[in-house]
Formats: sequence, structure tokens, C-alpha cells
Amino acid sequence: MAEYTWKSPTVRWVDERMPVFTLMREHLVDYPSPKNLNYWWNFGSLAGIVLVIMIVTGIFLAMHYTAHVDHAFESVQRIMRDVNYGWLVRYIHMNGASFFFIVVYIHIFRGLYYGSYKPPRELLWMIGVIILLVMMATAFTGYVLPWGQMSFWGATVITSLFSAIPLVGDDIVVWLWGGFSVDNPTLNRFFALHYLMPFIIFALVFLHLWALHTKKSNNPLGIDIKGPQDTIPFSPYYTIKDLFGLGVLLIFFLGFSFFAPDFFGEPDNYMKADPLQTPAHIVPEWYFLPFYAILRAFTFDIWFLSAKLLGVIAMFGSILILLFLPWLDRSPVRSGRFRPVFKVFFWLFVLNCFVLGVVGGNPAEGFWIPLSQASTAYYFGYFLVILPLLGIFEKPLALPSSISEAVVSKGHSPVPEAAE
Amino acid sequence: MADSVSSPSGQQDEGETRRDFLLVTTATVGVVGVALAAWPFIHSMNPAADTLAVATTGVDLAPIDPGQRITVMWRGKPVFISHRTEAEIEAARAAALGDLMHPEPDDARVVEPQWLVVVGVCTHLGCIPLGQRSGDPRGEYQGWFCPCHGSHYDTSGRIRRGPAPTNLEVPPYEFVDDTTIQIG
Ligand code: HEM
Ligand code: FES
Repeated sequence: MAEYTWKSPTVRWVDERMPVFTLMREHLVDYPSPKNLNYWWNFGSLAGIVLVIMIVTGIFLAMHYTAHVDHAFESVQRIMRDVNYGWLVRYIHMNGASFFFIVVYIHIFRGLYYGSYKPPRELLWMIGVIILLVMMATAFTGYVLPWGQMSFWGATVITSLFSAIPLVGDDIVVWLWGGFSVDNPTLNRFFALHYLMPFIIFALVFLHLWALHTKKSNNPLGIDIKGPQDTIPFSPYYTIKDLFGLGVLLIFFLGFSFFAPDFFGEPDNYMKADPLQTPAHIVPEWYFLPFYAILRAFTFDIWFLSAKLLGVIAMFGSILILLFLPWLDRSPVRSGRFRPVFKVFFWLFVLNCFVLGVVGGNPAEGFWIPLSQASTAYYFGYFLVILPLLGIFEKPLALPSSISEAVVSKGHSPVPEAAE
Repeated sequence: MADSVSSPSGQQDEGETRRDFLLVTTATVGVVGVALAAWPFIHSMNPAADTLAVATTGVDLAPIDPGQRITVMWRGKPVFISHRTEAEIEAARAAALGDLMHPEPDDARVVEPQWLVVVGVCTHLGCIPLGQRSGDPRGEYQGWFCPCHGSHYDTSGRIRRGPAPTNLEVPPYEFVDDTTIQIG
């Protein structure tokens, strides 16, 4: 990287002693980015911004929130009615959780389609999967805090999952609860964890970016950067594009926060938790529905494994399997653009995730049960059967020889082929 | 090991061995120390003494008519007390053990046949089954029905259909006199 001399003497003084400005310049300005990134590449930076929004709104909520079973529900209602702009802060935090998942899910599907998990970005991908897991734990603990009916019963059902673990399951559940049911000790520790985990995510995002900037961004063609002619600096080109994307996101995000703030929520959560009254139909937040469907797809025992344990294993497995994806899909071609057969199965996979979501939101009875089983089978089949086989049998299309060649239209001055 | 420890730092490979030994020992002590130090923190998340202390509940059964069911709280969980009718006792006894998902004879689950006392928490994922109030659905076996994922319990609180793996738990309890029980 070319030596850069900072004009401001103050900046220079700091930078000589601790090169933060040089570091920021290197990663936010000079960072060589592929020329051909499309809008699907906006979602990483959007996720980062939503994380910051969640942390800021969360800290302001915490100033008014009381983590006690006798006061939690009332303190959230107070935030909504009496605290100045409390309604705004809470609605942004509530809808922010939904938009965080929308953005991150798109970001993940982007990676799945363009093969961003393939060498040399396996570790980058795996850190992403860990971020997803911590995000889920954060959202789950956060949803318990307002201490409504869904908070309480969602927490009861999900923590009870651990009782499926043989031998120690019941002890683990009591340990998680700090008592014999979801109660005050549970609410307290969930608040402590809910405050902590976003900062862990923040640290993980730095590792994610470190891995990214070591091996550089993938791109829609899925081919390597071969030289400077394939790249443009991150600033101003992608900073401005990311800002435009942010504007679009905020239109939707704030649109929901202002005009349909409870669209993603459950009316039952405006009733205070009652340990004696289970709501007729317990559903998790929408972003957990596909996994909830997988959990409930197992209605039969296999050998010594109970249906309950199988459901739990499958649910956690459905996320953990992503960690192994770089070794399940062995096709050397990254981008789905050049994989005619993969493309079909990929879009079926996306569709199948929506089907799982719909199934998860409906009662586990009637035809929903075989449907949940079929879509669970496709979910796992995609990773365990289809991708490994495609890696062997699929005949990919011819790849362009370089990013710049594919991007620069005919008639322009030919770009010198860089030596690899 | 003994050699290397006794020899002075002079010779190269012996110095390596001694260093390795110290390294492994230090690392081991460190790991064990951290593991031991972690325990108080892990155990601090288990139920505290005051949570454990409120672990018994006394119930007066006298006002409960046959056919009536009441709910009391024990350790933060609902306990179902059902004053069973002759027909309900009969139904519970009539079930062949072979037909049960979690085989237990009815008389192993009660102290006095007319009183069924069970923890009212579905053994699947912890919802409260319906059937305590008149008008509630009681499921196919006239006991309790869990709406969350459709578990049907019979008049002995045994799982008969659905995803729950075991019967409703019978809490430890004893008759203090003819019409009073102490749970826990
Ligand atoms: C990864 C980022 C975060 C996510 C995904 C997240 C998610 C959630 C969710 C889903 C809720 C329930 C909203 C509702 O239905 O009322 C919630 C509530 C809450 N969160 Fe967060 N949160 C995040 C960061 C934070 C941070 C950093 C704090 C700081 C202390 C915080 C403090 C709170 C508080 C006090 C509540 C209870 C008030 C309420 O229910 O609105 N959150 N969070
Ligand atoms: S919790 Fe009762 S059936 Fe699942």
C-alpha cells in the first residue's frame, strides 16, 4: 500500500504513535474491491449498520427497563406511553430485530448463490455462521424481556428443548432457568446475556471483516481478482453505493416502524405473562419459523432416539450444517451463474425455506405434518446429497477469463492480461 | 524427566525437555485452575437457596367435589389435583398397559384412587395442558389436552397420543390427614 501522508498535524501525531487512521484508510478507502459487485453485495454493510442501530436503541431502552417479573411488562408499557419518544426507540428496536434478520438472511443467500463459502473464504463463512447463532440467541433472549405471554411461553418451550438431552437434560433446564420454571432468575440472566451478546457479535464482525480483507471480496462472476485492473477502491465507489442502499433500507425499516410497527409482532405479547395459561397457539418470531418447522417435523422415534430429541438435533443441525458447507459443495466453480443445474436446485432451496416458514407458523396437524417432513428432507438433502453430487456430475459453463474483460464492454481498450 | 530437571540449563536438548515439562505442567495447572474457578460461576446459575426453600405446598382437599379439578402452584409450576369420579378411575384402570406409550399402572400413580395429583406441565415442551376448567377440551382420553403440539393425556395423566415422551409427572406428596396433602 502506498505510503500516505496525513495533512492534519493532529491526525499525523496520533497516526505515528498508533496507526488507526492508516488502518481505517486501508480498509475503508483504499480496499481494492471487485469492479462488478451488484446490489446483493450491499447487505453486509447494511447488517453492520443495523447492528449499530440495535445497540444504540437497546442501550436507551435499558435505561428505562426493569428486569423483574413484577415490573418488566409494566416498564415496557411505560416506555411506550410515558417515556419521551420511548415508543419510537422501542419500535425501532422491535422492527430492527426483524430487519436485521431480513438483511442477514439475504446476505447468506447471496453467499450461497455466488459460492462465497468456497476456498479461500471458508473461515470467513464459518465466522458468519457463528454470528448468525449469536444473533439468534440475542433475539431469543430479547424477546423474553417484555414479559408478555409469547415471551414467557416461547422461553418455556425453547428452554425445555434441552430436556431432550439424555441423562443430564432436566438438570440443564433447571440450570438455565435458575429455578423450576421460567421465572425471575431466568428473566434476570436473559437481560444480562441480551446486553452482552450484541457486543460479542460486534467483535465477531471484526473477525469476519479481517478474514474478508485478507482474501478479498468474492464477486458475481465468482472468479479471482487477477490484478488492479479488476478492482476499484472501496471509497468512494462502494461507500456511495452502500449509502444509497441504506437509504432504501431505511424507507422500509422506518416505514414499518412508523406505520405498521406491530406487523411482525404477536398480539399475545401485549398480554402480561401468565404461568397458568398457555396461549392457544405458540409461535416464535417469524425469523425462527423455518427452524421451528424442522423441530416439529419429527413425529416418530428412530431406534433409541425419541422424536423430541431428533427434532432438537435436526433444528440445531440445520444451522450447524452450514459450517460444513465449504466441504460439502466441491464444485470448483463458485458463482451459480455458471452452474446451470445448481441454479435450479438453489432456487428450489430458497422456495423451500419459505415453505418451511409457512409450515412453522401453522399448527402441527393434518397435511402440515407431511409437508414439514418433505421440506425438512429437501433442506438437508440440498446440503448432504444434491450439492456433493452436483460437484461431481454437473458440467459448468465456460468462465470469463477475468473480471475486467467481462465488465468492460467490447470496443474499449484491451486490458493487459495480468500474470497470476 | 527427572534427569532433565536435575541437570543445569547447559545442554540444549535436555534444556528443551525441561522447558517442555514446565510448559506442560504450567498449562495443566492453568487449565485445571480455570476449570475449578469456573464451577462457582456455573453453579451460581443453579436454583438459589431461597428458590429451593419455597419448595413445599400444603393443599386442603375438602372443598373439592368429585369430578372437580383444581390447580395449585408448587415451585412456580402448576400442579393439577383431580377429584376423580368412579367412571374416571374405571377408565384409568381399564387401559391395557400394552396400549400405553409410557406404561405405568394407574395405582402406581396415586395414593388414594379418587385423588390424582400431577404436575400440570406437558412433558413435551412445557406448555400447560387444557382440561382444568369446565368447557376446556380434555382430549381423546378425557384427561388433558396440550394445545401446543397436540398431546392427549388420560384420566391418570398418562400420555396416550402426541409428541410428549412421558406421562405427566407425579410430584412427591403425602397425606398429612384425611383431607390435606403436602406437596414436595
Ligand atoms: C444484536 C442486536 C440485538 C437484537 C437482535 C435484539 C433483539 C431484541 C428483541 C427481538 C427484543 C424484543 C422486542 C419486543 O418485542 O419488545 C428486544 C428487547 C430489548 N432489548 Fe434488544 N436486541 C439487540 C441489542 C440490544 C442491546 C445492545 C441492548 C442493550 C442493553 C438491548 C436491550 C433491550 C431491552 C432493554 C429490551 C426490552 C424492551 C423491549 O421489549 O422493547 N438490545 N431486543
Ligand atoms: S408442549 Fe405439550 S405437546 Fe408440545
